[in-house]
Amino acid sequence: MALVEIKNLHKSFGTNHVLRGIDFTVEQGEVVCVIGPSGSGKSTLLRCVNLLEKPQEGQVIVRGEDITDPDCHLDAARQQIGMVFQQFNLFPHLSVLANCTVAQRTVLKRGPQDADRIARANLERVGLSDKIHAYPAQLSGGQQQRVAIARALSMDPALMLFDEPTSALDPELVGDVLTVMRKLALDGMTMLVVTHEMAFAREVADRVVFMDAGVIVEQGPPADVIGSPKEERTRTFLRRVLDPTHVEPA
Amino acid sequence: MSTSTDTPVERKGLSPRRRAQRSRWIQYAVLVVLILVAVFVANWHQIGSVFFKPEFIKSTFTDGVLKALLKTLEYTAGAFVIGLAGGTLLALMKLSQVGPYRWIATAYIEFFRGLPAIVVFIAFSLLPLAFPGMTIPWDPYGVVWLALGIVASAYMAEVIRAGIQAVPKGQVEAARSLGMPAGLAMRKIVLPQAFRIVLPPLTNDLILLVKDSSLVFMIGVAADGYELTGFGRDLANTYSNLTPIVVCGFCYLVITLPLGILARRLEARTARTR
Repeated sequence: MALVEIKNLHKSFGTNHVLRGIDFTVEQGEVVCVIGPSGSGKSTLLRCVNLLEKPQEGQVIVRGEDITDPDCHLDAARQQIGMVFQQFNLFPHLSVLANCTVAQRTVLKRGPQDADRIARANLERVGLSDKIHAYPAQLSGGQQQRVAIARALSMDPALMLFDEPTSALDPELVGDVLTVMRKLALDGMTMLVVTHEMAFAREVADRVVFMDAGVIVEQGPPADVIGSPKEERTRTFLRRVLDPTHVEPA
Repeated sequence: MSTSTDTPVERKGLSPRRRAQRSRWIQYAVLVVLILVAVFVANWHQIGSVFFKPEFIKSTFTDGVLKALLKTLEYTAGAFVIGLAGGTLLALMKLSQVGPYRWIATAYIEFFRGLPAIVVFIAFSLLPLAFPGMTIPWDPYGVVWLALGIVASAYMAEVIRAGIQAVPKGQVEAARSLGMPAGLAMRKIVLPQAFRIVLPPLTNDLILLVKDSSLVFMIGVAADGYELTGFGRDLANTYSNLTPIVVCGFCYLVITLPLGILARRLEARTARTR
C-alpha cells in the first residue's frame, strides 16, 4: 500500500484553477522531488497532502485513510506528516528546544523528559545541539530551517513535506540544509520535496515529478526526467533553470 | 560658494536660509514678550494661594490623598483585568467562524466605543433605582470594575483583534501541521505572540483607564471609596480652594507619565525586533 495516494485532485482559488486533476502516489521510503515553473501548482499540491489547502475535488489518502473525508481525524493524521516551510515559520516566542517540544507535549502528551530527550536528539541530528537555548531570531536562516526540520522530526512523522525549503536562504546557507535533507533521505525517511535545486533532485530523489499548469507532465527516475526529458515543456523548463543566461534563438 | 558676484543670476531679497533664520528670531521674540506680560500682569500671589496653598497641600496629604491614589490604582487594575479578559473573548468572537458571534461582538464593541464612558457610569448609578434591591457584590469594587471593565473591554477587543491578525498566517499553519487543533494553536502559538504585539497599545489603553477611573464619582460611591477625583473635588469644595484638585492632578501624572514612557519604550522594542 502506498503511503500517500492522491486521486483526481482539483483545487481552485477563485477562478484560478491551480490543480487540474492530479493522480500520484508516494511509496514508503521513497524520496520524490516535485519540480516545475512557479505557478505550476507544486506548492499547492504539497499543501493539499496535509490539507493546509482544502481541495475542491479528489482524495488524499494517507496510510489508507482518506483525509479529505469530513469524518477523518485530521489533527491525528497531520501528526504523521511533518512539514517544512519556505519561510521556516518557527515560533519566535519559544526557544529552539521549546519549538521542538511544544507539540510533543500538547499533542502527543509526552512527558517533559521524553519530549526534551527526543527534541535534543533531533536537534543533534540537524547539527544544532549548541543552539538549544537560543531563540529563532538569533539564528541564521539556514539554522532556522534546520530547527524547523528538527521540530517536524520530533513528532516521529511517517512522511516529511518540504515546501521549497532553501528558496528563502542566502546561497551560502543552502548547502547545510540540503546536507541535512540528504542525510534524512539516506536514513530511509519518506520525503516529498518541492524544490528548485536540480542537483539535489538529481542526486537524492528516487523519482522526479515535473508539473506545469496544474497537471503532472511527466515523472520518473531523475536520470530520465532531468537527464533526458521526453516532453517539450520539461525540456524548456530545464533549459531555463540549468542555463539561465542562455538566450533562445529568435 | 565665495561671493555673490559669482552667481550669474541676481536674486532679489533674502536667501531661504536667511529668511528661516529671521523667522526663528521673530518667534523667540514673541515668546519672550508673552512671558514678560504674564510675569508682570498676573497676580502671582493670588494664583499661589488658590492653586498651590502650602497648608492645603499639607492637609490634602493628611486627609488621605494617598488612600485615594490607592483606590484609583485598585479600580484601574481590576477594570484592566476585566477589560483584558472581556476584550480577548470579544476579539476571538469577532474572528469566529460562526456569524452570530461576530455580530454580537461587533455590536457590543461599536456600542460601547460610541458612547461616552460617563453615560455608562450614569446608567450604573441609576441601576439600584431601576431595580430596587439589586446589589453588585464587593461594594464598591464590583460596580466600579464592572462599569469600567465593560467600557475597557470594548476598546481592548479591537486592539487584541488587530494583534491576533498581525501574527503571520504561517504560524498557524506550522502549528496545525504539527497536529495542533485550532484552539490549542490559538492558545500556545498565536495569543502569546499577539499579546507581545499589542503590549504598547494596551499600555496606552491602561493610561486611558487610569483617567476614566475618575468617572467613578458619577456612580456615587461612599466617601471611603473615593478615588483621586472624587476625593479632590470633595476636599476642594470643603476648602473653597483649588489646591486639593491640583495635588490630585499631579498624582494622576505620577501614574500616567511613567506608563507613557513605558509604552514608548515597548513600541521602540517592537519596532526593533520586526
